Amino acid sequence: MEDYGTESESDYTSYWRDWFISSRGNEYFCEIDEEYLTDRFNLTGLNTEVQYYQYALDLVTDVFDLDCDDEMRETIEKSARHLYGLVHARYIVTTRGLAKMLEKYKKADFGKCPRVMCNSHPLLPMGLSDVPNLKPAKLYCARCEDTYNPKSSRHASIDGAYFGTSFHNILFQVYPTLIPAKSAERYVPRVYGFKVHAAAALVRWQNGVRGDMRRRLRKMEVESGFKDGEDELEEDDDDDDDDDEEVGREHDGAEGAQAQQQQQAVEYRGGVAAITAGPSSSFAGEAQMGSVA
Amino acid sequence: MSTSSGTPESWISSFCSLLGHEYFAEVSEDFIEDDFNLTGLQNQVAMYKEALEMILDVEPEEDEDDEEEEEEDEEDISGDVRDGPGGRSGERRHHSRVASDLSVIESSAEMLYGLIHQRFICSRAGIQQMSEKYELGHFGVCPRTNCNQTRTLPVGLSDIPGEDTVKLFCPSCLDVYVPPNSRFQTVDGAFFGRTFGALFLLTFPEYDLSRRGAETAANLGRSSDDPGMINGMFARNIAPGLGRGKIYEPKIYGFRVSELARSGPRMQWLRDKPEDITVLDEARNFAEEHGAESDDDDESMNMNSARHTARRRAIAHARLSRRQRQRQNQNGSPMAVDANGAESEL
Repeated sequence: MEDYGTESESDYTSYWRDWFISSRGNEYFCEIDEEYLTDRFNLTGLNTEVQYYQYALDLVTDVFDLDCDDEMRETIEKSARHLYGLVHARYIVTTRGLAKMLEKYKKADFGKCPRVMCNSHPLLPMGLSDVPNLKPAKLYCARCEDTYNPKSSRHASIDGAYFGTSFHNILFQVYPTLIPAKSAERYVPRVYGFKVHAAAALVRWQNGVRGDMRRRLRKMEVESGFKDGEDELEEDDDDDDDDDEEVGREHDGAEGAQAQQQQQAVEYRGGVAAITAGPSSSFAGEAQMGSVA
Repeated sequence: MSTSSGTPESWISSFCSLLGHEYFAEVSEDFIEDDFNLTGLQNQVAMYKEALEMILDVEPEEDEDDEEEEEEDEEDISGDVRDGPGGRSGERRHHSRVASDLSVIESSAEMLYGLIHQRFICSRAGIQQMSEKYELGHFGVCPRTNCNQTRTLPVGLSDIPGEDTVKLFCPSCLDVYVPPNSRFQTVDGAFFGRTFGALFLLTFPEYDLSRRGAETAANLGRSSDDPGMINGMFARNIAPGLGRGKIYEPKIYGFRVSELARSGPRMQWLRDKPEDITVLDEARNFAEEHGAESDDDDESMNMNSARHTARRRAIAHARLSRRQRQRQNQNGSPMAVDANGAESEL
């Protein structure tokens, strides 16, 4: 902002867009082509959205030469940034815009996913609304398919509408090879090595949901995209369940038919709930609630 | 030499006030002085005795018996687990100690402190201290949008030092995140350990996890009269950041992206939660469904007629197929049924 004041004195020395995308806090933006900006069709409807639309557009396209006081200039400057943002949301879903954003994505200009299991997968900027001034920009991780708040407050205050709700999804439709392999790897809370019951029950349920989805997709012959994907019933991330199963076998003697039948269920479900296998083993794997400390 | 009163700032408090050490609690000296709490650490930390003296701000006595802990590879400051008492040749280094060893001892002390810290924060006093830090928001908030700035807890992914840095565990989405500030990327995760995060939630089940981290400590209310206890947790505290409405739905121009699309959603299960949380009370559900039949089984087992055996098999079959239909309801053993049934009546 301050920098701009001096540079704008002479109109043609510095391109406004160059300055804009290189200034601090605007790292998420890519440069919009001159041709795109000058095609009125691309700007349809924005004149009602932006104050001093014409001046702002002149400023963005480096043809601004109005003599005015600082206050006015300030207002126009603000409008110009708003206009740039709104055009940006449209531009980045065009072929050229997608390519430019893809470059930035590959360089991880938008940051990396904070989720540990995503292994620093690059993020994409996104909005939760296409209407300006509603929601700030968020970051989307294609690996865990979730949205995160930008680390820095500079980025967290950018309007989400400058990226829009569709861009990141369109990117992966246009470049399907870039869709990262999904992973069922996850964090399981443990106390002294024992899974916590409440969390473990939820994890089992979620694994069931995942299994259902993969079955559905397989029925429709759609690739599920999981890298660890051969057997969709392999489910549980835990090797110790096998141990539980073993224990269960040893113990079942008296329970006869029932245990046998449980065992079948276990085998059917591929060890998701090996915990059903043995009466005494079921608690071994999880620390039940209690006043631990 | 007395440690607590005299010095203006102890080694411990200066360590904890270092940049990047904001997550550490100050381990009480009582805890460190109890040898029981240090069991096994001698073998994990180089120059154990000197390091311990440094932590406790004890003036190093002129080495009478320092051979005990010194080993040949004094350069090994990474503190990898050492294979027991190795070669002991402290003698020759008596004189060079002062100059070069100080930094070695310093890093040993940090390692030792971290390992004690891992144990301390799982003790009653330690976890209490961590809860105060939690209330003050010292551990930061979850970066996930739908977690609404839930406070996180520092955890390690391993209990062995040198494997991974400290991570933040979000109780709202039950996931772990890399701390936003790079200064924490020098802090070893083992100094917090795998247990602390989950143990904290079990120890303080009354915290309202859905509160935003930005709210002041005083506001961090304790949920009162919430009846729902499921699986040992308040129902509302089981992953409050997950479930319908808290899952990101990819859309293009307002239309949801189909699951059948190649780029369609595949990871929603990770942020999903049953609409009706009682579904997760597997043991009780099992009791309700199978309790009666189990009795049946016991009776029939006492009779040896073939007819009964056949009938039993039929029941078993029916049960099996029903079980296949309702996959999630059935993870309980007969024993679990009793225990959990009893608990849910508490």
